[in-house]
Amino acid sequence: MRKPPEPVQVIKQRRDEALTKLVGRVPYIQYLGVTFDRRGDELTAVLPYADKLIGNPLLPAIHGGVTSAFLEITSVISLSWATLWDDLESGELESDSRAFRMPKTIDFTVDYLRSGLPRDAYARARITRSGRRYASVHVEGWQDNREKLFAQATGHFLMPQSRSDKS
Amino acid sequence: MSDKVNIARQFMEAIPHSRDLGMVLTEIENGVATIRMPYDERLIGDPETGVVHGGAVSALMDSCCGAAVMSHPSNPGATATIDLRIDYMRSATPGQALSTTATCYHITRNVAFVRATAVDEDTDNPVAMATGTFTIEGQRR
Repeated sequence: MRKPPEPVQVIKQRRDEALTKLVGRVPYIQYLGVTFDRRGDELTAVLPYADKLIGNPLLPAIHGGVTSAFLEITSVISLSWATLWDDLESGELESDSRAFRMPKTIDFTVDYLRSGLPRDAYARARITRSGRRYASVHVEGWQDNREKLFAQATGHFLMPQSRSDKS
Repeated sequence: MSDKVNIARQFMEAIPHSRDLGMVLTEIENGVATIRMPYDERLIGDPETGVVHGGAVSALMDSCCGAAVMSHPSNPGATATIDLRIDYMRSATPGQALSTTATCYHITRNVAFVRATAVDEDTDNPVAMATGTFTIEGQRR
């Protein structure tokens, strides 16, 4: 007989716990206050507005470095999340920190399309290519209107070596 | 110190995010700026090694490039980043301050072209390099 499907609460709890662990380990993500909304495997990063994020007090506008950091965090977390998803779902995710190791940024290019307004910002990353060693990611950031991006970026990342690559 | 240098320095110190990260502008003259950012545990990106997050390096690079543009002899009134590319060549050594020097090497009526290098105490091996373009908004006299 076929195994009955897992109860939805069990699935949600498992996924949310893994995401919380992934994001919670990084002090810089906590410092900026970035959180992640999850719908299935899709992540949306949220940057709640805070005064310390201001780069131009006259406009005022969010610091370009904050925008860049926000998009880079979104890319790295989305990439790690996609990498550990299969193991998470099959129950093979290792509980030690090895499974939560982050990809390293090789390069990151940000287009600043509009000034970042003093309010919450959102971002979603699309993994254009993910190989064993390198990954290419495109990420979009917006504020009030999903169609009006305030910044976008592309980056290349060096993937942490997975279990099967261990000698 | 000239008025322009004074204004740029005050402007930098009035930026809440830069101040929050403890950035100090140590040099600014003729389109070249140097900013130092102390090591801070809040900036850690890899909890296993204590290495600073790339995003914090971006914030430093972006501030420094903007300052370099503002200090250009052509006297730009204000500037904003159009695009910025950062190459991360190695991890910054945990515990060490980062120092970035940016040079505004070309400027037109509308656009400034900038490059920057970030180092830790091992100044011969850059941690990251950046290239960017910036807007020019209004000329001060």
